[in-house]
Amino acid sequence: MIELGFFVVFLACGFIFGQRAEKRHFKSIIKREKQTISLPVVASKYPPEDQRYDQVLVSGNVVVASDYFKSFTAGLINIFGGRVTPFESLLDRGRREAVLRMKDDAISHNADWVFNIKFETSRIVTGRAGAIEVLAYGTALVPERTSVTSSFSSLDTSSAGSLVTNPAISATRTSPAT
Amino acid sequence: MLISNLEILPDRRIVRHIGLVQGSSVRSKHVGRDIMASFKNIFGGELQGYTELLHESREEATARLVEQAKSVGANAVINVRYSTSSIAAGAAEIFVYGTAVELE
Repeated sequence: MIELGFFVVFLACGFIFGQRAEKRHFKSIIKREKQTISLPVVASKYPPEDQRYDQVLVSGNVVVASDYFKSFTAGLINIFGGRVTPFESLLDRGRREAVLRMKDDAISHNADWVFNIKFETSRIVTGRAGAIEVLAYGTALVPERTSVTSSFSSLDTSSAGSLVTNPAISATRTSPAT
Repeated sequence: MLISNLEILPDRRIVRHIGLVQGSSVRSKHVGRDIMASFKNIFGGELQGYTELLHESREEATARLVEQAKSVGANAVINVRYSTSSIAAGAAEIFVYGTAVELE
């Protein structure tokens, strides 16, 4: 009886908080996608040759957890088969968030483009239910006039916790080399 | 050190291909984090502890890649790829590899 009570409470918590968190997350993703729309992200391997660019590896990652309600409904769907929509939206959120963080990283380098974007998704085992990690990485093309000479030092400026909605675009602009 | 996941560098000539360089790192968070994560599994949302963990881990792996590239006399690593595998609860291996080259 107590177990059933816990189950119902968890399910309700998952439903209420999970749905709310997802809605809020999607809202913020859409907002930030609009803000960063000026930075094109391309899956091509061949950079443009009309201008001199410096290449910097940029990345963004996120770990998103499934909630109790999602896990439960996914389990139900598993019995009958079909589209597991609760997890589809979870993965969609993860990917878009990872791309946004990668873009923030690229913007902080004053990049004009991000080329050759690659995704990587892996399951992070945390007890019974699942969490997924999505990594998005690519090569940012930085016009040579504003670029830093050592691109590795830029890797240290982490994109972790860059849930910042307004990345300071001009913050890292360096004076041209004399 | 130039690190890129492209294969082509317009305007730069590759003088010498040195070969594969790699870096890896296995990390885990303390138990407290894992317990917090299992709570999050009821409510959903981002597991920031793990996001940070994997980010740090990736930085460390990349630093090792760079170190190796330096030791073989490269000044750039191109066509870099990441790979992640979770090997135990709360621990993940990050592997990064690429081609070390010498640019003029």
